[in-house]
Amino acid sequence: MHRYKLLVMLAALAIMVLGAAGVGAQDDAVTLTMTCRCVEGGVNSNLVVWLKTYVIPTFEERMAEQGVNVTVELVEFGGSDEQLKQQYALDLGVGAGADLMSFDGFWVPEFVDAGLIQPLEAIAGEIVNEWDGWEHIPEAIQELLSYRGERYGIPVGTDVRVIYYREDVFTEAGIEVPWQPTSWADILETAEQLKEAGVEIPIQLNAGTPMGEATTMQGFFMALLGAGHHLYDFDEEKWIVSSPALLETLRFYEEIYVNRELGDARMQLVEDGRQRSFEAFANGEVGMLVEGDFFWRSPMFELMGVEQRNSLVRFALMPAREPGAGYRGQDYVTISGGTGWILNPNTEHPELAWGLLSHMSDVDAVRAFQLIQPRISFRDDVPVAGDPTMTAMADAALSLSTVRPQLPEYPQISVEVQLMTERVVSGEMSPEEALEAYAEAVTELVGEENVIRIPLE
Amino acid sequence: MIDQRSPILRLLTLLLATVLGLFFALPMLWLITAPFNERATLSVSIPQPPSLANFEVVFNNQFAIRALFVNNLIIGGGVMVLIAIVATLASYALSRTRVPGSDLLVYILILFSSVVSGTAAMVPLFLLAYRLGLIDTHIGVILIMTGGLLPSAIFIMRDFVSSIPRSYEEAALVCGASPLRVFWDVALPLVRPGVVVVAIWAFVNAWGAFLVPLVLLRSPQNMPASIAFYSFYSEAGTPNLTLVSAYAFLYTVPVLLLYLLINWRFGFRFFGGIKR
Amino acid sequence: MEHKPSIFPARIGILFLLPALFFVAIFLIFPFIWVIIISFTNQTLTGATAANPQFVGLENYARLFDFSRWMRSGEFGASLLITVQFVLGSALIGQAGLGLLIAVLFYRRKGWARRIVTTLAVLAWIIPEVVVAFAWFAYLDRDSGTLNMILSALGLGKPDWLFDYPLLSIIIFNTWRGSAFSMLLFQSALETIPPSYIETADVAGASAWQKFRDILVPLLRGHIATDLILITLWTFNVFTPYLLTGGGPTNRTQLVSIYTYKTAFQFFRFGQGAAIAVVMMFINLTLALIYLSTLRRQRVDA
Repeated sequence: MHRYKLLVMLAALAIMVLGAAGVGAQDDAVTLTMTCRCVEGGVNSNLVVWLKTYVIPTFEERMAEQGVNVTVELVEFGGSDEQLKQQYALDLGVGAGADLMSFDGFWVPEFVDAGLIQPLEAIAGEIVNEWDGWEHIPEAIQELLSYRGERYGIPVGTDVRVIYYREDVFTEAGIEVPWQPTSWADILETAEQLKEAGVEIPIQLNAGTPMGEATTMQGFFMALLGAGHHLYDFDEEKWIVSSPALLETLRFYEEIYVNRELGDARMQLVEDGRQRSFEAFANGEVGMLVEGDFFWRSPMFELMGVEQRNSLVRFALMPAREPGAGYRGQDYVTISGGTGWILNPNTEHPELAWGLLSHMSDVDAVRAFQLIQPRISFRDDVPVAGDPTMTAMADAALSLSTVRPQLPEYPQISVEVQLMTERVVSGEMSPEEALEAYAEAVTELVGEENVIRIPLE
Repeated sequence: MIDQRSPILRLLTLLLATVLGLFFALPMLWLITAPFNERATLSVSIPQPPSLANFEVVFNNQFAIRALFVNNLIIGGGVMVLIAIVATLASYALSRTRVPGSDLLVYILILFSSVVSGTAAMVPLFLLAYRLGLIDTHIGVILIMTGGLLPSAIFIMRDFVSSIPRSYEEAALVCGASPLRVFWDVALPLVRPGVVVVAIWAFVNAWGAFLVPLVLLRSPQNMPASIAFYSFYSEAGTPNLTLVSAYAFLYTVPVLLLYLLINWRFGFRFFGGIKR
Repeated sequence: MEHKPSIFPARIGILFLLPALFFVAIFLIFPFIWVIIISFTNQTLTGATAANPQFVGLENYARLFDFSRWMRSGEFGASLLITVQFVLGSALIGQAGLGLLIAVLFYRRKGWARRIVTTLAVLAWIIPEVVVAFAWFAYLDRDSGTLNMILSALGLGKPDWLFDYPLLSIIIFNTWRGSAFSMLLFQSALETIPPSYIETADVAGASAWQKFRDILVPLLRGHIATDLILITLWTFNVFTPYLLTGGGPTNRTQLVSIYTYKTAFQFFRFGQGAAIAVVMMFINLTLALIYLSTLRRQRVDA
């Protein structure tokens, strides 16, 4: 009968479904798991290649030699950083999650304050401090994954931000290369020249909420640091929510996007704007693009190919508003961030987990990574290998760099910063209005006692 | 109104039908052309020549293929079966016994489900699944999605059941059949078109689900297709349109086939309409 | 609702209801109560308030209705206004209107035109969300999108849909996406109308509009109410536009569902997010009561 058949089918399907849920493998070997936002052939593919071809096999081998049977499992997560952060917070909150987690440095404080992660030493014990690698990691880079003087993880690298331009586009516009501006006025003047020469988008300085942290780091900080100070006063331990420098920064945005229309505001405001600006740059439609070395290593590599990239693309340092007017009196400015790996405080094998983390951070492992993708490493004994431009960028910019305030409120304040720039480049608010709205929002977030207002003019 | 139309009216009707058809069809064009184009962009163009190369690459991505043909089928099938069984039983009971205030109750539950299916409830749902040991299991996703879809399913289903004359069942009862027997032998065959509609509706919802799997699942081998899409994103984290379109095509075909099959076999339509 | 006597004894009814009660209790009511409780706390996912959340009374609710800034772009009031336009445009006018139009257009007709339009509408409804987002991205793209290719071929220019008309774009999108439900509902409702009603009107020489207004609409009143209640609720909660616009540019498409998502999953403020969900539920309850009472009043008037 028809419906009996249907019922049997339904029941069989239900049993299948229920059964499929509970299958798990069990063996006597210890299994360590690690998670990153990485997919082979997709996002952060180089990291996967390095982990799978170097780190995991060599670690398993090394442990086997010591008579420990370890299997390392890599859990590739392809979604966004935000989604990964959600999963981490949920998992850590219930004592679950992978043993090693790739972690963006600026997430550390809020996770620590929530009691979700712990210092390396508290998890794995004294062996952490005995590790000989620490002395090869500069203090400033260690701090990328530290909070209140405690180390929570080891970075995989750091980065810098510069202005990229295409030699052919500049030459055609009659601008002499190599080109290095010394003030914001220089930048605007060059942009005008490019515009006259018919370059569609003379300059892109990231703004707006769709680009997320890329707006704060590649856009806003690069301007603000050149106007004289940081987002946070490290001596007073307070957030600067209103100041002449902040206003200058917003006016610089206004000049570029609204008054002179030297940048394409649309690209800053639509969802896929960052990718569009990468593509426009690769097509020679963008004059100057302020971006991190990630842009050089990855999208440009993908879009232009190595040869075209190396022969056409040049970089310049971001100048302060006027020589000497930058942060700490600098002529040029940049800022660095970094990701790394932390240990899950709930790991069942803290020493092994640390063993894996220190193994992948030793000099041989880091050199192996340079072969896969040359980038600024976190170890002073491993220079950038095989990419002279990358080396030049590191040499020119690293010493000028600073980092974001490593504080739990920072990620939310960063979103307010993005909103503030969006309001200006879209023409929705004047710089003064946008700054006041920002000051109000940040004051609400951190409290009146934690903010400073420096009188405007 | 319809039978004797003037030619002008018929022409207008045809014109309107064409406009409506285009309104629904045009946005889907890209889904049909891009997958067969070796260098797909956002524009619609007839591939010269049509190629299956994109599908070859997609089929070599074991993670994405497993997501689609194993995980999605488990999740979609599980939710479909559970909803079909549970909603049929419940709506039958609500329609055939007097439960005071059941109208209001079902509506209130729909309101609740709108809260529980939203982002705000994801933390409670995660913690609940964790306590029940359901993290990173398909069964967890199935149960939670079933809970969220159930009120609307009962709501749609109940009117199907109510629109069926009770006389057959009453006659069977008079002849001495047990209530279970009546449900099984008399009512169920009659409400089957309704069960089918609700089952498809549940399947489609579970097939496209993103948020619940994202919150509950962890292992790549358990992820459904909505999340596996990210494996066709580039190194820089942006979609590779060529592969994304091919995967989107494969992701859509099962729902399409299921609909066509059901429509051909049972007729996909609401039964007597849903009304208060 | 008609009140017919029970066919079964109550205990059989309860037996049939048991599985549903199980799901509803554990996976619906329990998390629902949890959300209500969270909405009175300052619970976050990270930061100090994740470890030690505190009861803050009605603070989360008060913050939503802080009228000194609630209409500022990106705030709750502004999002609510956008959502109301979105629901009016895409659910009430778009989906219900188009659904009714298709149902009436093909009333008492079979034939290929009906089959094609119906199938296409249902397809738009059942294609997975992520796929739909990509398809519409390609459809609306300024430079190479299908829509602009057609428009510019007709000499109508190339509007920048998602940038210059973002709200209109997502309204059209959501109409396209969801009309099938209303269409199916009205199609089957029309089938319940006895043909003799129409035939009588034909004999009396009524015009098409008169027949629509005086016969179909009154008879469909109950179905229209159901349809509006459901699609309003669904449209208030719809999240797919986020995949198209991310709520932008400059928050111009930030629906309340997107506002909730950002609050809960970007800022991790779950207490606040829960409060928004509860407020939205009450707004929907109010709207449902308005629909029902309006239609009841009309019935009395008629």
